Amino acid sequence: MAFKKKEKRGMPEMNTSSLPDLIFTILFFFMMVTTMREVTLKVKFTIPQGTELEKLEKKSVVSFIYVGPPTDNLRAQMGSSTRIQLNDRYAEAREVMDFIAAERKGMTNQAEQIISIKADQQTQMGYITDIKEVLRKSWALRINYSASRRN
Amino acid sequence: MAKTKKKMPGLNTTSTADISFMLLIFFLVTTSMDTDMGLARRLPKPPEPDQEDATMDIKSRNILFVRINAAGQLWIKDEMNSGFGDIKELRQRAKDFIKNEQNLSKWPEKHVKNIDLLGQCFVTDKHVISVQTDRGTPYNMYFQVQNELVAAYNEIRNELAKQKFGREFQYLTKEEKDAVKKYYPQNISEAEPKKYGGEQ
Repeated sequence: MAFKKKEKRGMPEMNTSSLPDLIFTILFFFMMVTTMREVTLKVKFTIPQGTELEKLEKKSVVSFIYVGPPTDNLRAQMGSSTRIQLNDRYAEAREVMDFIAAERKGMTNQAEQIISIKADQQTQMGYITDIKEVLRKSWALRINYSASRRN
Repeated sequence: MAKTKKKMPGLNTTSTADISFMLLIFFLVTTSMDTDMGLARRLPKPPEPDQEDATMDIKSRNILFVRINAAGQLWIKDEMNSGFGDIKELRQRAKDFIKNEQNLSKWPEKHVKNIDLLGQCFVTDKHVISVQTDRGTPYNMYFQVQNELVAAYNEIRNELAKQKFGREFQYLTKEEKDAVKKYYPQNISEAEPKKYGGEQ
């Protein structure tokens, strides 16, 4: 016979040598689009809820100011009154000016700098007003009151 | 006697995938993809050093005062009426005030303005909404007030956009958006305005 029945072949093994490359690609993708949590929070806050919110698109031009009472484990030393956190430490409102200047140094387009204020709902406006006054003086005029979406 | 050359055994790379998976999971855990959202505002420019009085002169009919006291209560005041108000009615009050559809003498003055794409318009662009807070005002209340005021502007801009261009504000082109913004400019002030001329 011309067509001889071939001997039965085993299932060929799939070549998985490119699988690591695939995973690495996903890994790099995630490293690009996500941001490291760069600060450890020393204040506790629940941000207010709003409806007219805008997304903070460019992460590179955003600096954060946290306002709220100290976290539970720091309460024993720091008390429970409202604190302002800049980078990794507590600060006074007037130190915001230096903070803004330091943040600006690393930015390429300084005019687009946005200050995001993450403040606790219960914060008294006095703290916020002080911060805003310093921000005005340092010409950081674009601000963003951080909030979550209310349904 | 040279042996026949043996083939180099391939390195077993089966576990590389697992290793990179672990890296991937590590990054997923330690990074945050949460999109930060918030209410965008723009602060006024700092006062000039030689400028003694940074306050503006605004006719009293053009101002809508929103005062928030330390207890978080609202006091809404314009020429029409004044009194304690609820946060829920603030949006409507602000909309009526900004639009002044009947051209009432106690609400913002209207005048003719030439706007690109819209032509001759009768606008209230001199109005100011003044938000005043106390040092003890809860931040949440202040935020809600700001949110409602921005919502009021967004709604009336949307109405205008639908009426003139047949689309919602967010779908307009940049030029159309600018025209709508000129028609209803957003004037939320947090400075203490000095007023003059109680009756017009």
